[in-house]
Amino acid sequence: MAYMTKALLIVAALGLAACKNPDRYGAGGAGGAGGVGAGGVNGTGLGSASDPTSVAYFQQTLGDRVFFLVDQSTLSDEARGILTRQAQWLQQNADYAIIIEGHADEQGTREYNLALGARRASAVQNFLISQGVSANRMRTVSYGKERPIEVCAQEACFAKNRRAVTVLSMGAGA
Amino acid sequence: MSRLRHIFTAAVAAATIGAGALVSTPAEARLTITLGTPVIEPMPFALPTFVDEGGAGGLAAEISAVVAGDLIGTGLFEQIPQNAYIQQVSSFDAAVSYPDWQAINAQALITGAVQAGGGQVAVKFCLHDVFANGTLGECMQFAGDQGSWRRVAHKVADAVYSRITGEGGYFDSRVVFVAESGPKNQRQKRLAVMDYDGANVNYLTDSSSIVLAPRFSPTGDRILFTSYSSGFPQIYLMDVNSLQIRSLGEQPGTMTFAPRFSPDGRKVVFSLERGGNSDIYLLDIGSGGLTQLTNAPSIETAPSFSPDGSEIVFESDRSGGQQIYIMSASGGEPRRISGGAGRYGTPVWSPRGDYIAFTKQNQGRFHIGVMLTDGTEEKLLTSSYLDEGPTWAPNGRVIMFTRQPPGEGSPQLWTVDTSGRVLRPVQTETAASDPAWSPLLP
Repeated sequence: MAYMTKALLIVAALGLAACKNPDRYGAGGAGGAGGVGAGGVNGTGLGSASDPTSVAYFQQTLGDRVFFLVDQSTLSDEARGILTRQAQWLQQNADYAIIIEGHADEQGTREYNLALGARRASAVQNFLISQGVSANRMRTVSYGKERPIEVCAQEACFAKNRRAVTVLSMGAGA
Repeated sequence: MSRLRHIFTAAVAAATIGAGALVSTPAEARLTITLGTPVIEPMPFALPTFVDEGGAGGLAAEISAVVAGDLIGTGLFEQIPQNAYIQQVSSFDAAVSYPDWQAINAQALITGAVQAGGGQVAVKFCLHDVFANGTLGECMQFAGDQGSWRRVAHKVADAVYSRITGEGGYFDSRVVFVAESGPKNQRQKRLAVMDYDGANVNYLTDSSSIVLAPRFSPTGDRILFTSYSSGFPQIYLMDVNSLQIRSLGEQPGTMTFAPRFSPDGRKVVFSLERGGNSDIYLLDIGSGGLTQLTNAPSIETAPSFSPDGSEIVFESDRSGGQQIYIMSASGGEPRRISGGAGRYGTPVWSPRGDYIAFTKQNQGRFHIGVMLTDGTEEKLLTSSYLDEGPTWAPNGRVIMFTRQPPGEGSPQLWTVDTSGRVLRPVQTETAASDPAWSPLLP
């Protein structure tokens, strides 16, 4: 059973890696909250969240994203905690390539939000490097306000959209 | 896409025509609208349906409607309904009975005739200064391919607008924009071009990648835009006729965005992000030479050239929030021009050189506004949940922008004149954002 799970995981991950456009990876971009729907890959391919080596575990148990205050790219204590756990996991699961997506809420102009999303992604990348994750496994991409995860005109939605998501794909060490 | 090429290259020929007894020079032109004055009462005009002089059929009425629609859309003119007309115009060459038009208080009268055949359409028109009992300027004819009849109509309206205001028109122009579909968290975006009034939409890309903020070259033959086609935001250059796209010097590990042409069309000013920091760069399209214009740890973006090419206006958050700055086109120390409460972004230099249009955020509202290039005389023209991304009409008198309603609502394009009085939505067949106006077509 463990073997089956791993095989499914790899197949799914290869499928993801074959998409050259990271917004197809789904997790933080076009997909639903915490899920990987947009790429046509459902959660079963990502392993069980109870398997600590699975992508599902990384996304759901460790937490694949951190949030920011309005206009800010500073990492909160909570964010640092999440990223510290991410860094440990990423070092133990060295086969994954990493794309860090930076996002903004819609309360800003398009260009500024692209630049702001890049700042946020970079802040996460720098923190992960400081925690020992190899820089050459990581790339950043900013989506500005192009891919909100929650759609409403209230702060409750904006707060969830001001995020940086660590998205995994098979490839770095494979 | 042959239709697209057709639209961009179709020549519309103009000629003045002798109108015999119709031509008389009024002693004193009364038909004048001075733009930029605080309050302008709409000028009443009459426009009898243009006469079919052969082969035009319903096209005569359609052309008449486009001419009238252009004028009414400015907010500077109002049309007197045709059922009020006393004189019935059944021949273009018939003498105009000015008292009949004076009696219904038509200040301007536009008469015209349409001929169509062999794939061509020709439109004659005269602009009459009713209370001066004569024409204002010579009667003219515009001719072109029948497929571009809307362009011919826009040419007529531009001529009328131009004679009465003394300024250049803007109706015979195109707008490149982003056509949007799908839910907000999975929005599909395509580049598209349309006439300024939303007609004749052509799609330039499919929706396989996010595309953002297209910009026309100064001659309208090329388009700069930002695309995620590589997986990462990068700027690209599209040739409008061939639709060929080329990358502008992608450097791995960087993001490039917010491109605009220099006034001579040879250079591109844009933002390049590296390591989380965005600065402004200048790329020589021919040589590929890259010059860094700003070097600061803050966000520098949304650059726009002055019409003479000597300066660049841009936004920066170096002071803590977004504000507008102007620097030399070769870089150097910028001067801040915005100073009011709130945040200022997306500055765009007017083609007239006088104003900077911008997006302002203050107290949870977004505004499109204008200010002089020294930052004085700030005027907010709009207010909504989310207005952004102004673009100037070729004559610098009207601004188009994106208005996004809250929640799941779809963005739409709107226009506002620089007085702020005339605010209108642009009718588009899909949701739309990020408009950029072309120059006036030749």
